[in-house]
Amino acid sequence: MITSFKRVFRFGWHGLTRDGGMMIANVFIMTMAVSVVTSLFLFGNISKFIISNVQEKVDVSVYFKYDATESDIMQAKKSIAELPEVEEITYVSKDQALEKFTAVHKDNPVLMESLAEVGINPFLASLGIRAAQASQYEAVVNYLENSNLNYLFEKIDYYQRKPVIDRIYALNASLNKVGLAISLIMILVAALVAFNAVRLSIYNSREEIKIQKLVGASNWFVRGPFLVQGAVCGFFAALISLLLFVLLTLGFNSQAGVLFPDLHLFSFFMSNFWMIFLVQLLTGVILGTFSSLVAVRRYLRV
Amino acid sequence: MIKFEKVNKIYPPNTVALDNVSFEIGPKEFVCLVGKSGAGKTTLLKLLMAEENPSSGKVFLGSQDVQAISHKHLPELRRKIGAIFQDYRLLPSKTAYENVAYAMEVIGASDQEIARDVADVLDIVGLKEKACNFPAQLSGGERQRVAIARALIHRPEVILADEPTGNLDPYNTLDIIRLLLKINEFGTTVVLSTHNKEAVNSLAKRAITLSEGKIIRDEKIGRFIL
Repeated sequence: MITSFKRVFRFGWHGLTRDGGMMIANVFIMTMAVSVVTSLFLFGNISKFIISNVQEKVDVSVYFKYDATESDIMQAKKSIAELPEVEEITYVSKDQALEKFTAVHKDNPVLMESLAEVGINPFLASLGIRAAQASQYEAVVNYLENSNLNYLFEKIDYYQRKPVIDRIYALNASLNKVGLAISLIMILVAALVAFNAVRLSIYNSREEIKIQKLVGASNWFVRGPFLVQGAVCGFFAALISLLLFVLLTLGFNSQAGVLFPDLHLFSFFMSNFWMIFLVQLLTGVILGTFSSLVAVRRYLRV
Repeated sequence: MIKFEKVNKIYPPNTVALDNVSFEIGPKEFVCLVGKSGAGKTTLLKLLMAEENPSSGKVFLGSQDVQAISHKHLPELRRKIGAIFQDYRLLPSKTAYENVAYAMEVIGASDQEIARDVADVLDIVGLKEKACNFPAQLSGGERQRVAIARALIHRPEVILADEPTGNLDPYNTLDIIRLLLKINEFGTTVVLSTHNKEAVNSLAKRAITLSEGKIIRDEKIGRFIL
């Protein structure tokens, strides 16, 4: 048994090294297939990262009436924080709101003069509420509108932001659906291209397969080396694709940073390095061996 | 050893390759199958190797009905046969040594046995010096000798040679015929399909003559008469 395995591996390796051109062609095509799968995997994760980043910046602000005391606000904060949908809640006092406004608009003399004209701090204290998911804001707002704390609220800044929140929610949902559909189509196309490349190389070996069968080789003895070749090609394709993506993410790191300031493409790639390599390796090896398995089948009927 | 029982083979739509063929070959016999191209010689050998199935009738190797053997067990049948073809059918990506060794590797022989036997057989066929050459680096005669070495390395019960001298010059033809005789002297049944008149006449062995799929002559000491 072990001797047979050793022989199958040796035949597979010889088949590859003695037909270098075919090996290079197969590895090249499989590298493309593995790269397609890697890009889909990366895009999926990057889009999730970007959406969650944008979601983090979306919140609902509850403005308290001018005469609401700090203890009323803290009580409201405690009560709202108990909601399961609420992930984070931040309190901005009247003074903090004024400070923020002044810091942002200090170079705008009209605004600063208007503020001085008012004479008092016109800003309201507020709570910034962030839900775990965009779809949960509606539930949080419903709770606020119907709660017994409602008398403290001057304004709930949700309906102004609702279109943005809804758009993010819709974008997330459609990205998931479209992403899944595109991914499936691309994976199918990539798999078919790789399968055809392997099929073509096995087609070239059909006479050899026939000879092996007539000499008395069992199906597994004939099939084995082709599976080894498929797996080895898949392995090399994964390695090349990995190197390609290291270079690509390194090269496009600064450009991606311009578009999405929170996204560090290369660090993102490196932090997911082993997961990405595993995806590439599995894609390459499974694609290679499965293609060989299917392609060689029809020539074994001798 | 080999038995054909009322065998018919018709290729669609209605080409008759074998027509009610019956004969027996005993152990250690040397039999020539003689006939023009298209007489049915190759079909007959293909049926014996289960490469094709008869339209009707039965083919036996030993006590086994060849067509009753399941696909899974076909390798076991083929390991009892050593096949030599007109177009050599060597594995192009393997060296002469590896081509010969392959027949032993499929039966699970140990590396030591393979190293010993392959060297011996290559010596017998006079190709020890060219063991590392690929088929493309060998002449027609040398390729056929590698094919013969591969056919006999695992000591099969029968050797089927389908026009083994068809592509060879007279010198190499004689060489191959001598080799087959030598193999037969060691006790292996040899079935030689040929349309080489000189070879058949000089061998003076049993000859079965086929014409249009029928056996028209079966003589103990055959002559090439068509």
